[in-house]
Amino acid sequence: MTLTLLAAGGATIPDIIVFAVSAAVIIMGAFGVVTSRNPVHAALSLVMTLFGVAVLFIEQDANFLAAVQVIVYAGAIVVLFLFVIMFLGVDRRENIEAEPLVGQRPLALIFVGVAVASLVALLVSSHWVTGAHGVVGPINGSVNPGSPGAPSGEVAQLGKQLFTTYLFAFEATAALLVIAVVGAVVLARRERRDLEKPSVESPDDEPSSDSSEKEVLR
Amino acid sequence: MSLSGGWYLTLAAVLFGIGAVGVLVRRNVLVMFMCIELMLNAANLTFVTFSRMLGDIGGQVVVFFVLVVAAAEVVVGLGIVVAIFRRSTSTVADDLHVLKG
Repeated sequence: MTLTLLAAGGATIPDIIVFAVSAAVIIMGAFGVVTSRNPVHAALSLVMTLFGVAVLFIEQDANFLAAVQVIVYAGAIVVLFLFVIMFLGVDRRENIEAEPLVGQRPLALIFVGVAVASLVALLVSSHWVTGAHGVVGPINGSVNPGSPGAPSGEVAQLGKQLFTTYLFAFEATAALLVIAVVGAVVLARRERRDLEKPSVESPDDEPSSDSSEKEVLR
Repeated sequence: MSLSGGWYLTLAAVLFGIGAVGVLVRRNVLVMFMCIELMLNAANLTFVTFSRMLGDIGGQVVVFFVLVVAAAEVVVGLGIVVAIFRRSTSTVADDLHVLKG
């Protein structure tokens, strides 16, 4: 590691402690997601990792994104995961010792290890901060420099850029969310035709819970 | 003044690696989705770090869009998982071999 890249450069002791603790939380949570047998435990470990990442966002002056991270990820996405786990009833321990593809795990570990090692090597050998001016806008600058009392700071900048430079992408995300909602509804709804004629295919293929649910619905 | 960006980038690389291992190794579709979320978070952390290192708000805007796309992806993905579970009552990726010749 080059000293310039990983030097503590002006960081105080609390900064180092915050980084170390949240890095430990993030790594432990990530290991929990990968190694826990119960999907519910994996989801809770995911929450741990997400909170650690939110703390690192705050540490890097991205306060709005930290709040959004907690609200959207921990509040919505993980709850959705838990809802589906409970809804499907798969919240039991699974056997993760069995290895259906022989030699897949060592190969996966080797390939990912090589990938991460080359990422870190690239990181060490590169100079990221070029001294060039920002292409979008400063993080903490005033939104409207001439007028007095104009809002400044990272949230104001984020809002301004979102509704000016990135307006088209912002509108596209609106369309994307509508498409996602419609897609989820289409995927989740049951065909009425199936309800009236349960034996379109051979009834043996139908899972038992499915047919009993149809009886209830009828 | 927080630590220099290299620490954050290294942590993000390690987090991405753990998520990639999870996607490759685990068989449960739900856990694979969670590992994809881990990788998205590693990318978000990288974007925020570069945003701070370069003093440019653009990285944070990209993180905002990544959050939106992740939410949409999870909604559609879990809808597909529920739809598949209705037919095969399994969330193990190896059990989905109906297209195999």
